[in-house]
Amino acid sequence: MATETEPAYRKRLGYQAGLLGGFALLCTALLLVGNIATHAVIDRRLEEDLQSSLARVIPAQLHDNNLLEGSLAVADRQGTPVRVYRGTRNGQVSALAFRITGQGYSGEIDLILGLDSDGRILGVRVLSHSETPGLGDRIEDTKSDWILGFNGLSLENTPAEQWHVKKDGGRIDQFSGATITPRAVVKAIHEGLEFFQRHRGELLAMSQTGENPRAKEP
Amino acid sequence: MTASYRNITRNGLWDNNVVLSQNLALCPTLAVTSTATNGLGMGLATTAVLVFTGLFISALRRVIVPEVRIPVFVLIIATVVTVVDMGMNAWLHDLHKVLGLFIPLIVTNCAILGRAEAFASRNTPLPAAIDGLMMGLGFTLALVILGAVREILGSGTLFANASLLLGRLFDFMELTLIPDYRGFLLVVLPPGGFLALGFLLAGKRILDRKLQERSRSTQPVIVSGSTARA
Repeated sequence: MATETEPAYRKRLGYQAGLLGGFALLCTALLLVGNIATHAVIDRRLEEDLQSSLARVIPAQLHDNNLLEGSLAVADRQGTPVRVYRGTRNGQVSALAFRITGQGYSGEIDLILGLDSDGRILGVRVLSHSETPGLGDRIEDTKSDWILGFNGLSLENTPAEQWHVKKDGGRIDQFSGATITPRAVVKAIHEGLEFFQRHRGELLAMSQTGENPRAKEP
Repeated sequence: MTASYRNITRNGLWDNNVVLSQNLALCPTLAVTSTATNGLGMGLATTAVLVFTGLFISALRRVIVPEVRIPVFVLIIATVVTVVDMGMNAWLHDLHKVLGLFIPLIVTNCAILGRAEAFASRNTPLPAAIDGLMMGLGFTLALVILGAVREILGSGTLFANASLLLGRLFDFMELTLIPDYRGFLLVVLPPGGFLALGFLLAGKRILDRKLQERSRSTQPVIVSGSTARA
């Protein structure tokens, strides 16, 4: 690289500092261009992702609105806002869905929980997880029907002491080879139901948010 | 110092293959190759990065002084990787969801800095881009083979979800080789990656030795007249 006839200015500190600065500037400009070119498309893809995961837990016949519209942010017990998406039919909230998180065997398990207006589970699906393939991944609906077993459960028809896997004295099946994963999912769902119960009035009220401007996932 | 394109191609694909010969970039290699499709996606993304970094770095090689070359290379590589990452997120979104975690890690892929230092910074842009392309394709080849072995043994399929990467037209690539296969978990998990890679590396050595022996034994034939065939 360093040829025999190297000009003297290249040895100067100023040139080297300027070079580094110049490259930083150039790279920033490139990133800016890249961001501008892809930003809108990425947003649209993320919105599609969200819409398709919402559609998995809220059946289409239950609502006649766009699920991405009229969503609410409600603070949970830790104070972090939970974005709740609501399906309405004839101006009444008929179903809601929000994201819940469980602490799995190897990291967080992200789930989406869909409830009807009585707090009964319409569906739960795993959005992302890092559980052991072949063992913990049976929480995915593509790998096993386990997660569908929650459909129809609610705090009314299943008392709190039964919201555990069978090994812990509850009524939910675990699967062989993995206990921590189903335990985490059950706990997350139970907490999600309690969250709904605490904020029921707020979540089912239509008045103040009926014309809510389109809210996006932060 | 410019190498011939033939040599560059040979080097990149086989003789000096990133994974099989240089044993570089093993982290992404082992991490993503649970299926052949993931290997292909990661390989192609890395190839794109290698081509563009090669092009940029060799075009700017007279501007960059040796004292600050490493930070400048890293900056360029990081920028290209980020742009590729954004592009994949926008236009290959489903694949990005699978590989997303590993794309930013291409920055730390030592093979890229290695090619920048060893080749791109000493050659003109065209050979540097070709070298990037061939090294990338060699890397892709290794990843696809490793992914295919692990996918067939581990889940009984080949190129599952390939249409996510290549579009609906490539549905035919998605094969189920062993129907009702219960799966062999070990091969899909990281240890399976190490095992499969070990066999792959050994296989290449054996193949190389066989080729060498054959070329040695065929030499007299070439000498004795059939130069046209050689």
